[in-house]
Amino acid sequence: MPESAPIPLSHELNALVMALRRILPQEAVLAGAEEMRPYECDGLTAYRKLPGVVCLPDNTRQVQEILRLCTQMQVPVVVRGAGTGLSGGALPLSHGVLVSLARFTRILEIDPDNRTARVECGVRNLAISEAAAPYGLYYAPDPSSQIACTIGGNVAENAGGVHCLKYGLTVHNVLGVKVLTMDGELMELGGHTLDAPGYDLLALMHGSEGLLSVIVEVTVKLLPKPERAQVVLAAFDSVAKAGAAVTEIIGAGIIPSGMEMMDNLALLAAEDYAHAGYPVDAAALLLCELDGVNEEVSELIFQVRELLLKTGAHEVRTTRDEAERLKFWAGRKSAFPAVGRLAPDYYCMDGTIPRKRLPEVLTRIAELSQQYSLRVANVFHAGDGNLHPLILYDANQPGELKRAEEFGAKILELCLEVGGTITGEHGVGVEKLNQMCAQFTPTELAQFHEIKYAFDPKGLLNPGKAVPTLQRCAEHGAMHVHHGNLPFPELERF
Amino acid sequence: MDADHSAALLASVHEALAQKTSLQITGGGSKSFYGRQPAGKPLSVANHRGILRDEPGELVITARAGTPLAEIEAALGARQQMLAFEPPHFGPGATLGGTIACGLSGPRRPYAGAARDFVLGARIINGRGEILKFGGEVMKNVSGFDAARLMTGALGTLGILLDVSLKVLPRPQHEITLTQACTAQQALEIMTGLARLPLPLSAACFSADTLYLRLSGSESGVRAAQKKIGGEPLSNQEAFWLQVREHTHDFFQGKTLLWRLSLPPAAPLLHLPGQWFIDWGGAQRWLRNPLPADVIRATAVKLGGHAMLFRGGEHTGSVFHPLPPGLLALHKRLKNVFDPQGIFNPGRLYAEF
Repeated sequence: MPESAPIPLSHELNALVMALRRILPQEAVLAGAEEMRPYECDGLTAYRKLPGVVCLPDNTRQVQEILRLCTQMQVPVVVRGAGTGLSGGALPLSHGVLVSLARFTRILEIDPDNRTARVECGVRNLAISEAAAPYGLYYAPDPSSQIACTIGGNVAENAGGVHCLKYGLTVHNVLGVKVLTMDGELMELGGHTLDAPGYDLLALMHGSEGLLSVIVEVTVKLLPKPERAQVVLAAFDSVAKAGAAVTEIIGAGIIPSGMEMMDNLALLAAEDYAHAGYPVDAAALLLCELDGVNEEVSELIFQVRELLLKTGAHEVRTTRDEAERLKFWAGRKSAFPAVGRLAPDYYCMDGTIPRKRLPEVLTRIAELSQQYSLRVANVFHAGDGNLHPLILYDANQPGELKRAEEFGAKILELCLEVGGTITGEHGVGVEKLNQMCAQFTPTELAQFHEIKYAFDPKGLLNPGKAVPTLQRCAEHGAMHVHHGNLPFPELERF
Repeated sequence: MDADHSAALLASVHEALAQKTSLQITGGGSKSFYGRQPAGKPLSVANHRGILRDEPGELVITARAGTPLAEIEAALGARQQMLAFEPPHFGPGATLGGTIACGLSGPRRPYAGAARDFVLGARIINGRGEILKFGGEVMKNVSGFDAARLMTGALGTLGILLDVSLKVLPRPQHEITLTQACTAQQALEIMTGLARLPLPLSAACFSADTLYLRLSGSESGVRAAQKKIGGEPLSNQEAFWLQVREHTHDFFQGKTLLWRLSLPPAAPLLHLPGQWFIDWGGAQRWLRNPLPADVIRATAVKLGGHAMLFRGGEHTGSVFHPLPPGLLALHKRLKNVFDPQGIFNPGRLYAEF
């Protein structure tokens, strides 16, 4: 719950705020409860906490000074971009500094010949494609939040989107980053070449959830805009049939640029919200996008239509023009807010499973839905096995949030059980710490803590996120710990 | 032949830790020339072999590190799939583990991705003698730090690879290679221009006054692109790209030092004497000359790139491009948390660790 009283300024916090005001312009340091309120949570709104103080630097030197000061004063730092993350990775610490990099919005260079864009970390995902468009180029990863989310956050979370199967995740589309380590040292990882000497630290930064470094600049790879893109929509009377169709398409050697599935509840909500023209009687809806050279798309569209009909689609429609294609995607991309209208609250899950296990996983989710008396709508990046069950609940009903969280935890355990993972693209944050105990052994978790130690020996960057302490796992009961020694005991310095 | 030797490998690591000796990790020996000179007691992973899970419909293959690369490619080829990064073998004994540890990629790299882009998961033995598994067998996975990808190109200095899961892709239905005679300058301009267009390019190189462009995709798509690009079809294209990938092409023969320069693809021609082979649409340039390393490196750096001594000469000095001090210190700290006693391939990547 939001804290209503102003934060008592302890002696140390007061000293920190004063020190920050000496290195930053007045308006770049926020310490009052009301002005810090917008920073109390990210996209995982069930978790909220007011930070000790908020900083709004607008250049790298200022961030360096903040980090040096915090290192010296042993104060933890949480960095945030647009705050669209869905796992609480940017949840502030009440005794820490929240650094917002929202002012890092400069597009530094578009290099059409090398097909790269060098941008500051706070540049929005979609803004990169917009800036590259005059050259016929674009940035491929397109998370649903692309209008708002920043490229720095995309790197920190290794964001995905609906085009991952063909074009990859963020890690496949970034050539270099400039980062600051906690002690304020600027490092360049990668750059403008396809590889860099030494360890692949660029890959390691992707999905590191702000625990290893502060990303201040990103150089992304741009791609030529495909000549043509077209979507085939197919309606099925069962989810199993739709799943089989996905396997058939991939088995035929076709890599669609996007392949999305929605179950009946999700597609009804999306249709009601976006009027995309979806067949509302379908038990499962499949959207399959093909892109590339004009002639190739024609050939593939024909092939995919045949495969869809063969696998039992009762309705197959091919988009006639760009407007219809965008309308079909608008429906899918609005699925989250659309489902959000079905209940006061929803809880979005993010497991990945081997595709072939889809029918049984959806059956089990339906059983769990009965068991917990909570409805669930399923949205699925079918091409790469990334499942987003949306659990509907009402936080004002006593016990419903807890039930929704338990239901969600069961879904993630199910993903692990079938050989998948607890998070495909949303990250661990604070949300899935307990499930990390189930996915990794104590030695693996210890190795993660050691990696953090190599970058951030004092454990001041986003502590308590992404990797659970062994103590926590022992208490959660998911694993047995012999030596409950903590590499990063929860920092309470003030 | 398939066997799980992880217990024996683990025992060897514990023994090395107890005796405070270092280990030189080997596979098929095909890439022993690569990097700095190996040191330590040889520990072969070659017997730890076999494909563990092979899921055509999931586009994933998992195999033990000692599995011959040829065996994996044969299994994939039988169902019209491939390792899209076109890994060079550099010898008949090439293994999966060596391929990932070296992190090398072939001609398709700029268009399909590098070795590291296809690594989904790995099981390793770290330098404390612990077996750890990172990543998994699914396409999208952001749980924990991406330590599996970190192993790619680390030359075994962070741990022994036990098994690796890779994403695989369907083989293109159709491929054609088009050639045209031109100068190096013209070749760079053509490659840069074409890369900005939505064409199904899958390889682009220049050697001996000839530009080679490969197109991959559906037959109709490739033919349409062919019309736009022009040029003469190459009849023995598979053999040609194999020679480029395996360095059996004439350019790579002889004893003169072979330098690899990684550059922004549109970087201008470098004013360094010697023979050039331009690959990866300009992003990877091979140079044969005996100039001092400093001269070559400084030239590459000026254009935003880096250079390493790939073959020839003494591999005892600085082989890979030197790291700036801060980054080197970070490498040492990272090495230290995976391999605190420094038992794995000491000095293979950099002299300092």
